[in-house]
Amino acid sequence: MGIDLPLVWAVIILFGIMMYVVMDGFDLGIGLLFPFVAAKGDRDLLMNTVAPVWDGNETWLVLGGAGLLAAFPLAYSVILSALYLPVILMLLGLVFRGVAFEFRFRASDERRHWWDKAFIGGSIVATFCQGTILGAFINGLPVVNRAYAGGAFDWLTPFSAFTGLGLCVAYALLGCTWLILKTAGELQQRFVRLARPLTLALLAVIVIVSVWTPVTHPEIAERWFSLPNVLWFAPVPLLVAIASWQLLRSLRNAPLMAPFLLTLCLVFLGYTGFGISLWPHIIPPSISIRDAAGPPQSLGFTLAGALLIIPMIVGYTAWAYWVFRGKVDASHGYHS
Amino acid sequence: MAMWTLDAVELARIQFGFTISFHIIFPALTIGLASYLAVLEALLLRTGKEVYRHLYVFWSKIFALNFGMGVVSGVVMAYQFGTNWSRFADFAGGITGPLLTYEVLTAFFLEAGFLGVMLYGWKRVGPQLHFLATLLVAVGTLVSATWILASNSWMQTPQGYALVDGRAVPTDWLQVVFNPSFPYRLAHMSVAAFLATALIVGASGAWHLLRGRDDPAIRTMTSMALWMLLIVAPLQAVVGDMHGLNTLEHQPAKIAAIEAHWENVPGAGVPLTLVGWPDMEEEVTHWSISVPHLGSLVLTHSWDGQFPGLKAYPRADRPNATIVFWSFRVMVGLGLVMIAIGLWSAWKRLRGSLFRSRVLLRALLLMGPMGIVALLAGWITTEVGRQPWVVYGALRTADGASLHSTAEIGLSLFLFVAVYFTVFGAGIAYMLHLIAGGPNSSPEDPKDAGVLRDTPRAAPAGA
Repeated sequence: MGIDLPLVWAVIILFGIMMYVVMDGFDLGIGLLFPFVAAKGDRDLLMNTVAPVWDGNETWLVLGGAGLLAAFPLAYSVILSALYLPVILMLLGLVFRGVAFEFRFRASDERRHWWDKAFIGGSIVATFCQGTILGAFINGLPVVNRAYAGGAFDWLTPFSAFTGLGLCVAYALLGCTWLILKTAGELQQRFVRLARPLTLALLAVIVIVSVWTPVTHPEIAERWFSLPNVLWFAPVPLLVAIASWQLLRSLRNAPLMAPFLLTLCLVFLGYTGFGISLWPHIIPPSISIRDAAGPPQSLGFTLAGALLIIPMIVGYTAWAYWVFRGKVDASHGYHS
Repeated sequence: MAMWTLDAVELARIQFGFTISFHIIFPALTIGLASYLAVLEALLLRTGKEVYRHLYVFWSKIFALNFGMGVVSGVVMAYQFGTNWSRFADFAGGITGPLLTYEVLTAFFLEAGFLGVMLYGWKRVGPQLHFLATLLVAVGTLVSATWILASNSWMQTPQGYALVDGRAVPTDWLQVVFNPSFPYRLAHMSVAAFLATALIVGASGAWHLLRGRDDPAIRTMTSMALWMLLIVAPLQAVVGDMHGLNTLEHQPAKIAAIEAHWENVPGAGVPLTLVGWPDMEEEVTHWSISVPHLGSLVLTHSWDGQFPGLKAYPRADRPNATIVFWSFRVMVGLGLVMIAIGLWSAWKRLRGSLFRSRVLLRALLLMGPMGIVALLAGWITTEVGRQPWVVYGALRTADGASLHSTAEIGLSLFLFVAVYFTVFGAGIAYMLHLIAGGPNSSPEDPKDAGVLRDTPRAAPAGA
């Protein structure tokens, strides 16, 4: 027997989306935290903690799109046309915040506040839309004759609006703990103080989504609470509790790397929860990864490159982060 | 109902045309500027001359602005195949998807990964490593062009696939990638990107010279741009001619529309219509001025050679000749002016008055944006000219669109137009503002301090 191509590709795409959520998560989070920091110098500094890496972070989103088109063209075509408006709004949000990195250093002092607002607004819209897309995706997308068969606004439900807010909390905590790692002094203390309520909020989001999802989706409840799945799933809530407790504890004295890593753990655990709920569907509730897979010639051809190149990408991306390691202070202004 | 469906497709086409036209400006300049920066840094490392350092710092700021706009407008493109062209994505995703994935894997990550070091890493890595980062970014831009043009060319001249259950399934990847129009389109587009960049660099130099700022940095960049024009503009004419002959072989209807060639007269050579107004309804070209036999000479390289006229195709299969006739002439006309300016500059250079000829400098300034205009005109020609097909001969554009209402597509189109003009309008204004500031010229200029100079490996603060 050969390689199970749809399975391997599903894993690669899940990995790509995970990388995206983690990496663009913290730099979107910086946009969400911008309103809490008013001084221009501090805002410059926040920007400079991610200026050298943000477009690499966003490239994982492009990989997710292209990989989905290559491996599961049906899923790509159905999901994106079903979630048309939130996808377009997310992309426009990313436009506003992406250009702000350069534009706010080029704008005159009187006009800079526009790009600060673009950065904040774009980050909020992009994050909220991503969370809403996730919620709409869990709710399921009806498919008839290989095309989306629902309405233009079906994506907007109380549940999806809540997941939109929930993702804002998650990204804000990622951004906050990233800034604890990258800043120093009074500024850092502000993020340490902010991290506590954000952690508690994220915990609340996780609990609410964990109750809301099985209550309103019997098929997901069945998946969770049937044997042997329940055994696999049982450690997740426990690990969430341990990670949150450790995170709150780590904030007490001179935190550096720990809060960020523990937030990554929390995000990862939440992500696996969604994975377990939906697997093996790529368009819930009915289309599986096998139904949506493209021709094996396409999956095989692309897999060869992906397996060879993704480790190299991870390698040089890690190197780039290493080059820019350490605290960022005002003397590291990158723009002149 | 049919009327509404047609409208939605038209709106989706306008949206794609609008977003891709805005987007392509940035990667085209990214391709040109990345290679230019690599050349500048190589010269700096080799000669140690201050002028190259100033030029590198100056153009890398413009490059950074441009690159950011390319990234955000490019993410939109990666998703638009699904949002607006989902039936195309389902039909051809097995072929274009892998090509785009390879582009992301081999080019986008490479560019983004080393861009940070290139722009912000002067004080954190040594000069050799910094040069390597610049070089890898430049290579990444060209690799990116290679994959995306393989994908586009496959849609223009598809091969190496079979139709299985109504979808395109690859049978031979070498044939898919190296499809007939790919090498010509890649060469034509890469050269166009270099030319467009050279014109912007040259126009920037001309602007400063005309305003009386005459220093080594300004002279060097103006001179480099004009050398580029002199050598590459004629080369582009040769590449373009080869591309045209390739199109005649594989997409003859496109050539018929470009030349407004309606039908052959038995035994007679085909004239070349220089100007006129092709009328798709009446199947004639109004007010045409043509040169006998020139069409045969250009396209068949023979006196009496013939090629199919538009009337040889059913009306539903004809591309719009009014548009492509003129877009093609805009492109070629601008190309000829570029060649002329290149030759003119060579003559002035020989006479030793290159930087003093105000007429030449004014012409160069006016030509600043014309490389981009020619590039867009060329893309309009090739994309409108392959209609009504999205995958040539295999899938019609109308059958590739998503099934959205006009309201949805109309709303998103409105948002794209409003946001792009605001955001990228501001970005282009910032680029022009930076260009107007000009490169630094004194070696002590604090702005360039530490940039590729001895480059002490500063210990990261607080680490």
